[in-house]
Amino acid sequence: MSEATTEKLPKDVAAEDGMVNVQVDGNWIQVPKGTRMIEACKIAEKEVPHYCYHPKLSSPGNCRMCLVQMGMPPRPAPGEDPKFKDDGFQEIGWMPRPVIACANTVAENMGIRTTGELVESCRHGVMEFLLINHPLDCPICDQAGECSLQEFSVEHGRGNSRFVDNKVKKPKNVDIGPRIRLDDERCIMCSRCIRFMDEVADDPALGFTDRGTHTTLTVHPGHRLDSNYSLNTADICPVGALTSNDFRFQMRVWFLKETKSIDTNCGTGSNTVIWTRGSEIFRVTPRENNEVNSCWMPDSHRLNFHYVNSEARLNTPMIRNTSGTHEAATWADSIQKAAEVLRIHQPGEIAIIGSGKQTNEELFLLGKLAEALETDLLTLVPRMGESDGKLVAADRNANTTGATLLWDTEDPYAKLDAIREGVRSKKIKTLVVFYENLLEEAGFKEEDLANLNLLVSNHILPNGTAKNSHIVLPGAAFAEKRGSMVNITGRLQRLNKAIEPPAGAMDDWEIIRDLIAALDKKAAPLYLIEDVLKAIGAAVPAFEEQTFSKIGDQGIQITVTGQTIPLLDKEHQRIERGEIVG
Amino acid sequence: MSDIQYIDGKQPHQREHRLIFKNIDRVGWNPSLDTYRNDGGYKQLKDALKWEPKAITNEVKKSGLRGRGGAGFPTGVKWGFIPPNNTKPVYLICNADESEPGTFKDRYILHQDPHQLIEGMVISCFAVGAHLAYIYIREEFPEAAEILERALEEARNANLLGDNILGSGFNCQIHIHRGAGAYICGEETGLIESLEGKRPYPRIKPPYFPAAMGLYMCPTIVNNVESLCHVKHIIQMGAEEYAKLGTPRNTGTRIVCVSGDVKKPGYFEIQVGKMTMGELLNDVCGGPKDGRKFKAVIPGGSSAKILRCDEKFNVSCPPGTEKREISFEEIPLDFDTLAACGTMAGSGGVIVMDDSRKMSWVLNNLNKFYAHESCGQCTPCREGSTWMRKITDRLVAGKASPSDIDTLNSIAYQIDGKTVCAFGEACSWPVEAMVDKFRAELVSETSEDNESIAHSAESEAQRRFLQPQG
Repeated sequence: MSEATTEKLPKDVAAEDGMVNVQVDGNWIQVPKGTRMIEACKIAEKEVPHYCYHPKLSSPGNCRMCLVQMGMPPRPAPGEDPKFKDDGFQEIGWMPRPVIACANTVAENMGIRTTGELVESCRHGVMEFLLINHPLDCPICDQAGECSLQEFSVEHGRGNSRFVDNKVKKPKNVDIGPRIRLDDERCIMCSRCIRFMDEVADDPALGFTDRGTHTTLTVHPGHRLDSNYSLNTADICPVGALTSNDFRFQMRVWFLKETKSIDTNCGTGSNTVIWTRGSEIFRVTPRENNEVNSCWMPDSHRLNFHYVNSEARLNTPMIRNTSGTHEAATWADSIQKAAEVLRIHQPGEIAIIGSGKQTNEELFLLGKLAEALETDLLTLVPRMGESDGKLVAADRNANTTGATLLWDTEDPYAKLDAIREGVRSKKIKTLVVFYENLLEEAGFKEEDLANLNLLVSNHILPNGTAKNSHIVLPGAAFAEKRGSMVNITGRLQRLNKAIEPPAGAMDDWEIIRDLIAALDKKAAPLYLIEDVLKAIGAAVPAFEEQTFSKIGDQGIQITVTGQTIPLLDKEHQRIERGEIVG
Repeated sequence: MSDIQYIDGKQPHQREHRLIFKNIDRVGWNPSLDTYRNDGGYKQLKDALKWEPKAITNEVKKSGLRGRGGAGFPTGVKWGFIPPNNTKPVYLICNADESEPGTFKDRYILHQDPHQLIEGMVISCFAVGAHLAYIYIREEFPEAAEILERALEEARNANLLGDNILGSGFNCQIHIHRGAGAYICGEETGLIESLEGKRPYPRIKPPYFPAAMGLYMCPTIVNNVESLCHVKHIIQMGAEEYAKLGTPRNTGTRIVCVSGDVKKPGYFEIQVGKMTMGELLNDVCGGPKDGRKFKAVIPGGSSAKILRCDEKFNVSCPPGTEKREISFEEIPLDFDTLAACGTMAGSGGVIVMDDSRKMSWVLNNLNKFYAHESCGQCTPCREGSTWMRKITDRLVAGKASPSDIDTLNSIAYQIDGKTVCAFGEACSWPVEAMVDKFRAELVSETSEDNESIAHSAESEAQRRFLQPQG
């Protein structure tokens, strides 16, 4: 090979960067060494249909849907040099038998065909097999619209059925856990749920019984699918075998609007999709972010949205009259009244309690409000629990890290005890409260609140604090506002608005802005939430030059707190061991 | 060998060459250690322990021994697949899950000559560097398990197992694991999963080749009972001498188990390739039953493709020579020629059918077995095997139409080559071969009229929407 000495072959060029050359449907691409064939096809933008393969789980290769044709250069005879063509590649010898793309890794000069007679006939065959015993009950199946069986049968299925015998009968509507329902006839035995419960949720409750065509998915004797991660099995189920009790029969998925947002139930800040129609939330599902929550989400967090749809939502500002009942008021009057009373009190008599579930923009403006009132009595209410060793962080407040940065403090909760004592001893006479019911975690008692000259509070639902407030300002829930938060690892992420807040309620940042404006006529005007983030960027180094579009769907690491997410640590170990693609 | 007396009526045929089955049906023989030792047993172990382990592997490679379990893969080459820089423990597993229909050779070794297996295993363990070995024995052999357990106990007490075997410094322990009655546990990776206490779902290869990632993800060698017994004889005879048995590339002896429609069915140990199909069936087995003719033969266990007895094959026979036409009777019983004839030597189970047999019934019987035994892991075999059974169920009941035969054939090809393990081939080959070779007979049992009949309440319900009402 005279050219080889003068010019580098593609394989040597690729090898320098740890890459290999792979031909996918006739086009040569470079992919990292060790890439699975199915991922190489994805890089080449060729779809390989599959059911059992999931990048976050082990690959058993059981569905046989991802069969492709593979070719390798022929092995040279002993003593013979490999022959390279003019383009620098070797001739590919195609194998007569198909291979699964999900579990095999690429090699130098490998060829993959994702189309062609052999591959198509394999897919046709597998599709037909999957459907012969499937009940074909799409009209009453919740998965319809997001079912891989439907999708691939359109592309690779046959128009008519050759199956004229009785289908296999299996259990239906099986109660296997509090949040999941099982239909065994729909199950295609891909084992994704079994592997998820075993490998990710650490609760191997699911398994197969019986064998052959009678193979049946079920919970092991004495077990229930009651893990706090059980609903993820419904997400990864490619068919309608596992469905969510909470969502089933509520709405056809094609009617739902998807909004990318984040979870506000703990410091992890799992990335989510909020599924809505009109002004109603129907479900929340996890969204992949490999720096935060992988593909998963705890049940307790995703189901915590029904209160947003509540009919009891506060939908107008209210001022308490002299007889002690609340009367509806205009926003202008409510803000004006609050500002008037606040203005006549001394700084030491005023305190502000915010919430760790508020966005950066809201927390920043609370700081500005404190400045306007010249008080340093500003705090959040701590919510510490225990980490579950996976995705639920010990800190149940979503934005503690944000508060730490924005208020430039080690401990944004430090002053809560002092404020509570101040209220109790009547030293503090006015209290502005956002998003928190003081009678719960904050440790206030109803008689404490009776001491106050003025209690202004913002809530989305009626509660004990609202009842004792002089002025109640209805706010927006997590799905009704835009904003940003910083999770426990220091990642800046954004919330998006999936639905509108009730008419008469207002976005929290606007409420705080109006309060500041009423107190300080010289305050810079803020028209858009972007303006707030810009102001934060100017004031807080960690947020310098951040914009919502820069944050994007996956967020940006703006600081390193040293805290990690246990589930991700485990996932990284599994990727390193080659057990999963990741 | 002339001094060996066999039980009356069970004397080996003169064409047999008894090596492995030397002690089967022997007068005065029992499975105890003393009997085995008095016959010179465990001498080869003592010799072998003085060898270099590598040398034993090389000797087995040189002998040309091919696995007797079904695939016929060279045993020594398999042993050589253990990664050279391996630091993990190595395991040896004896596959005594003899469940291929038509095969009944290993059970006689286990029942009558367990020490031959143990000796072969310890030598093999020494060769591959395994200190722990398992015998995976099928559930349906309870007596064999007891006999083997007793034999292992004797061997332990005699320091033929355990620590510092016969003062050589080599440690080796053998345990018995009893299966739970699943055919799939005979597949080596399914067997390994079962041994690990899981469902016996065969693993995908790559990446899970047992020699590198086997039991507990450690290098593991899985060999058939008969193959392991051969190791002892290779040490005894020397590879060169052993390789003189049989024919080149198909060396040694093997046990064929003949069942079905012959006058004298049974087990026969023959030199591989030195006997033809005709000689086996007509001479050794006494020919067809009176007034009958041979119709078809499955030559290597039920998953091997069936052969018509009036077929002609254009193959190179003996291997390496020019292709020529040979009749069914002329096929030598070796690995390569049978493969060239489109079937396989498999596990040595020769199932003979004469002209009294209906092929539809034969096929349905096979399909029932495979539909029942499919493990259900991967789609084509799980769904396809039962579908084929449902069609042949109708075929034998006279409710099939000619198009069902085409469907049957296409289902088989939809399974073949697309499954995790070789069970896909095992269940589809009989159908492919049967439809290929006996299509006319199968079609003759069908009727065009069945095309328009609903075969189930479900298809009845579906047809309601297809046919005009009233």
